[in-house]
Amino acid sequence: MMHNITVKVCMGTGGVAAGGGEVLDAFLNEISSEGIAASIEKRCSPGKVGCRGLCAKDVLVDVIIGNSKVTYQHVKTDMVPRIVKEHILESNPVLEWAVGEDYHNFHDRQQKVVLSDCGNIDPEDINAYAAVNGYIAARKVVTSMTPEDVISTIKMSGLRGRGGAGFPTGTKWEIAGKQDAKTKYLICNADEGDPGAFMDRSVIEGNPHAVIEGMIIGAYAIGADKGYVYIRAEYPLAVERLKKALDDARTENFLGKEIMGTSFNFDILIKLGAGAFVCGEETALIASIEGQRGMPRAKPPFPVYQGLWGKPTVINNVETLANVPYIMRNGPEWFASFGTEKSKGTKVFAITGKIKNSGLIEVPMGIPLREIIYDIGGGIEGGRQFKAVQTGGPSGGCIPADLLDTPVDFESLAKVGSIVGSGGMVVLDETDCMVNIAKFFLEFTRAESCGKCVPCRIGTKRLLEILERITKGEGKPGDIALLEEMSVDIKMASLCGLGQTAPNPVLSTIKYFRHEYEAHINEKRCPAGVCKDLLTYSVLEEFCKGCGACLRACPAGAIKGEKKKPHIIDPSVCIKCGACLDVCKFKAVKKE
Amino acid sequence: MVTLKINGTEAVVAEGATVLEAARNAGIYIPSLCQHPKLTPFGGCRLCLVEIKGLPRPVTSCTTPVSEGMEVVTTSPTIERLRKTVLELILSDHPNDCMVCEQAGTCTLQELAYEYGIRENRFEGERRIYAKKDGNPFIERELEKCIMCGRCVKICDEVQGVEAIEFGYRGFDTKICTSFEDDLDCEFCGQCVSVCPTGALTGKLWSKQGRKMGVKEVDSTCPYCGTGCTITYHVKNNEIIRVTSNDDTPNEGLLCVKGRFAYKYVSSPDRLRTPLIKRDGLFFEAGWEEALGLIAERLQGIKAEHGPDAIAALSSARCTNEENYAFQKFIRAAVGTNNVDHCARL
Amino acid sequence: MEVIFIIGSNTKETHPVIANRMIKAFRKGAKIIVADPRKIPMVKFSELFMNMRPGTDIPLLNGLAHVIVKEGLQNEQFIAEKTEGYESWKKSLEVYTPEYVEKITGVPKEKIIKAARIYGGCRRAGIFYTMGITQHACGTDNVRAIANLAILTGNIGRESTGVNPLRGQNNVQGASDAACLPNVYPGYQRVDLPEVREKFEKAWGAKLSPMPGLTATEMMNAAIDGKIKAMYIMGENPVLTDPNMHHTVKALGNIDFVVVQDIFLSETAKLADVVLPAACAAEKDGTFSNTERRVQRVRKAVDPPGVAHDDLSIILDLAGRIEYDMQFSTPAGAFEEFGRLWPAIAGIDYHRIAHRGLQWPCPTKEHPGTEYLYKDGFPKGKVPFTVVSYTPPAEITSDDYPFVLTTGRNLFQYHSGTMTRRVVPIEEHAGTPYVEINPEDAGHLGISNHEFVKISSRRGELEVRARVTSNIPAGIVFMPMHYHEAAANILTNDVLDPVVKIPEYKVAAVAIKAV
Repeated sequence: MMHNITVKVCMGTGGVAAGGGEVLDAFLNEISSEGIAASIEKRCSPGKVGCRGLCAKDVLVDVIIGNSKVTYQHVKTDMVPRIVKEHILESNPVLEWAVGEDYHNFHDRQQKVVLSDCGNIDPEDINAYAAVNGYIAARKVVTSMTPEDVISTIKMSGLRGRGGAGFPTGTKWEIAGKQDAKTKYLICNADEGDPGAFMDRSVIEGNPHAVIEGMIIGAYAIGADKGYVYIRAEYPLAVERLKKALDDARTENFLGKEIMGTSFNFDILIKLGAGAFVCGEETALIASIEGQRGMPRAKPPFPVYQGLWGKPTVINNVETLANVPYIMRNGPEWFASFGTEKSKGTKVFAITGKIKNSGLIEVPMGIPLREIIYDIGGGIEGGRQFKAVQTGGPSGGCIPADLLDTPVDFESLAKVGSIVGSGGMVVLDETDCMVNIAKFFLEFTRAESCGKCVPCRIGTKRLLEILERITKGEGKPGDIALLEEMSVDIKMASLCGLGQTAPNPVLSTIKYFRHEYEAHINEKRCPAGVCKDLLTYSVLEEFCKGCGACLRACPAGAIKGEKKKPHIIDPSVCIKCGACLDVCKFKAVKKE
Repeated sequence: MVTLKINGTEAVVAEGATVLEAARNAGIYIPSLCQHPKLTPFGGCRLCLVEIKGLPRPVTSCTTPVSEGMEVVTTSPTIERLRKTVLELILSDHPNDCMVCEQAGTCTLQELAYEYGIRENRFEGERRIYAKKDGNPFIERELEKCIMCGRCVKICDEVQGVEAIEFGYRGFDTKICTSFEDDLDCEFCGQCVSVCPTGALTGKLWSKQGRKMGVKEVDSTCPYCGTGCTITYHVKNNEIIRVTSNDDTPNEGLLCVKGRFAYKYVSSPDRLRTPLIKRDGLFFEAGWEEALGLIAERLQGIKAEHGPDAIAALSSARCTNEENYAFQKFIRAAVGTNNVDHCARL
Repeated sequence: MEVIFIIGSNTKETHPVIANRMIKAFRKGAKIIVADPRKIPMVKFSELFMNMRPGTDIPLLNGLAHVIVKEGLQNEQFIAEKTEGYESWKKSLEVYTPEYVEKITGVPKEKIIKAARIYGGCRRAGIFYTMGITQHACGTDNVRAIANLAILTGNIGRESTGVNPLRGQNNVQGASDAACLPNVYPGYQRVDLPEVREKFEKAWGAKLSPMPGLTATEMMNAAIDGKIKAMYIMGENPVLTDPNMHHTVKALGNIDFVVVQDIFLSETAKLADVVLPAACAAEKDGTFSNTERRVQRVRKAVDPPGVAHDDLSIILDLAGRIEYDMQFSTPAGAFEEFGRLWPAIAGIDYHRIAHRGLQWPCPTKEHPGTEYLYKDGFPKGKVPFTVVSYTPPAEITSDDYPFVLTTGRNLFQYHSGTMTRRVVPIEEHAGTPYVEINPEDAGHLGISNHEFVKISSRRGELEVRARVTSNIPAGIVFMPMHYHEAAANILTNDVLDPVVKIPEYKVAAVAIKAV
């Protein structure tokens, strides 16, 4: 019992939501309470750590005694006394609560760079970051390297922007560095807006200092003395941790005037976004920081030439910047050893949808989709059939089952009509209607269009209207061609990335699932059984026992029938809620 | 100076010019709805898309600065197809009631629809309908006709410095309104009306008074303050129905609320229509013969009795140079006194 | 233009389109300084706002000069080559330290120093003013103080510089050029110089009086004294626009025969013996000269109502009746004769200004006009610095009249309102007279927004609704001049500037109470 004892409680947003705070308190209480307190207190250090990725299993708790670690899943406060008693005091881990094989699979297949310290260190303690070599790279850069050296290191690493477009980071810095301007800006884009994406949030929550260190290095390379983190106001925990991290970094003179005893000045301001998706677009983001409505402006001129307040401005995504200290610390060759020829390094993805292990993962670029979905993700929930994976959020496309061996990198995903994007991955199965999926994403982009340019403002509305029509069974011959025509024109004519990619879900679903569109339009049928207006519920006489369960369950009173005789559903009254199907024990309700 | 090629022909323009400016300079037409020479580029209407060698997609010529050696193509089957799609999209959300629209004949959208021959529209769908919220007596707003080109917002901010209006809401629901839809705080200069390319913003006073047919335009000078803005009276049936100003005037086409909207005094029923002579404290209508005869007689009489300096005259800063010249000459030479002044001091 | 110094001009409301031009310069980086008793709309664009007390222009301007000299920002070369009297004038500035000026003007000394550095540190700076400078008993000295500042820094005689009075009415410039002034013939040629008089006697074929005449305000005084027997008023409304309205009405009542020629039956016309119906600006041909001396065409768009005639036709007719030959019969003819007698416009004719006006001096048909004056030096060689000292306004506040009333225009109405008040939308929007009062004062007096108050001065009293606004400092109230039903000029002081006889509209002592 002379080992160091550490208890680590997941306190990411997922962890906190699942009760991480209470669990942490429970451990603190339990450990310091009567009897056992005296013998353990000194050695045990319950800390707050950031996201561990597998949010589906929160609250996750590591109990580390010496070199042995046991991770518990789904921890609730009432489980804490037993863990403390049996595991910490009696050295008998409570194995029935520990994570299983899938948890290990989930982690073992991953390659962590950006997330390597997330979940292991206390994000609110600058010393914890320093203990894992934090700020060493920044110190080396500002005290002993020229900006040109920094840029060439980043160029050698092959790092490309993780925000979506994959522009080479070193090149962007190089252009900005060459601009002859007294004032330049570095902006960290943390306006993560794709539905289902939470990579950036997790990085800032789990390791804010890595982002700050990356910004210091970037600012030094391009010659900026002021930086902004543009972050969504909907990320209060990330904002709070970032604020603390900035304050601590200032106290340590990593930020401010004459950083680390050099003549280099750099400080970072936080700018809160108000929840407009389009503000993730860099020119809209700039407009928003300038206090204007978040509307994109045309490029060229690109922000590296004329950005914030008309000055050269580099905008990098959170993940991009968080990679930088690791690259500077371990060398560009190390980073370039991960990934493919053109897409170096690793990428963080948020996998969600109909998958067993939904959560945050970091994998080397080039890993096949199949590995992500089946090995890391654990396959489809409920043993259903995989249908497609939507990558890149509303700007991306759907990739069907027969392309599951596509490597996940910038070029390969583009080739199959999708994008890496910021790293969202939504897994769809046989119960998803692809027309409906396209409609879902169009609803999002239609609502989030800033309204400035015609193709996006009216075009997405018209696309959506056609999709709505199709899913209602009012599709007309020619609709598919019209959708394709419009989509191409909207992509070409729109002002910013939002409009230029908004039709992608439509185009990729038509490309790979044209038959589903045709079934909706020509046969007025939804093959996945999702589009309500195309469904009919009927009772199969031969199976119906006349038990009356469906009749009682129907909220619309659409079912009639005498006891012990087959019932009938009146289609003119039926609201297609599916309640009858759910309650029928005899499989006598048919949905088609 | 920068040399570039537009449609294969070399053009030389000043550095910092946009591709659109370079093209117009070279006499090449590019359609546009949102661009306006007085305003910073917007790039919203997407009609001025051009192809530039080396760029992966068409770009708006109004926002793209020229660069040395640039090669621009202003028209191609793809570009024309995109322009037509954009126009159809705009018209799919437009009332298309040109028959009764105040702007017909001077509407850029109408002209472009005509040019591109848009009769059928591939994109039918929901149109924006707004509850009318219109307290002001000067500017008529028909937001259904608004194409969101942003000219009104930009001129109000950049030129007028008032920022009375803004873009509100998002996507298809975007509309031009006051910030947070608060009460309008406006100078009613009507600059927004003058740059609106459609019938979304017009003068309230203009309604049903006349458009282009049978309207005579007369250039003159504003009768209000000393700025001396050049104005154009639109006249129909001996009545002024509208006042505008051209961009190539010393005032660059800008007017204020008085210059643009305060012209109805001309046709006021209170105007004096005939000479009046007061008898026993009451005015009686008189003919010119009688009135001027009386004045001549009295002036001559007073001059004879009290000398010319018993007569004083006030002229007007409202009258023309010629009238003022004639008036003082009359007072000095015909009456014989220097007792003539005007309100310069007041 | 790099620096725009606006003093005593509510440019955004009284010259909106000139304000547009200033905003354009502002967008290109020009710095704007505003000095005004009220927080006027241009303050929004200003680098610096000096919220001065009414009638303290001279100490403020002298204070700026004091700082400029003290900091060595003056233009030595310009002073040596083009001015005289610098040393003695410089001495007179000594007392105007920022501390002293702060005490009089209420402008913090830091702002005075900053303004002096901005204006004095720039060689492309222009000063813009209107009646806020001139409508004071010390108006002439105010202008001289401005001129001192311009020649101290050499900010005159070049593009984007100068002393720029903004003319309040469409043709004040032209009416002055054409000599509707008692002391000069057309083109500012003095009536008391025999050689000049002979030239005009010859040209006009008549014997001319060698005696300078009376100014408008002097005419009213002379009428009270019974010295004026007839008055001919063309297009003026002195009852509403002259200070001390009761005095004006009494004066006109004392005149045997009053003729008013106008487009409406104005307050003045109602007092006339004969009223003649005239054509308005849209019903006649001719020219106006704007504030930049630009002679521009006025064209007939519509016919006058009834039997109304344009003013020129009426004058010609009347001249004929007293057997004087005017020698021209059309506007073009009148303009041509005007040009023959005044070389500055000799090069201008209707043909040349058909599309765009020309700025005088324009002495020949080939001359392109003159955008700014004094490019080649000053007419009299060297220009003198003039010592001007602070004199408080003629009427200062007292226990009985504790508030300072200042008057002016608003954006929507124009002058006495004869035109704008007959335009329905203007009246709907801005048809109610008001007095602006600071919330603090309103609080003390128990006055609430939009409620009636009674305002009185030593000359009269009226009732008007209060507009409570922090745009006006405590102790000062503002009234627009446009409204006959609450005519600000019932209250204003008819004391005159001794040189140019402009009344002090901008400062009167008044009392206010809630009703």
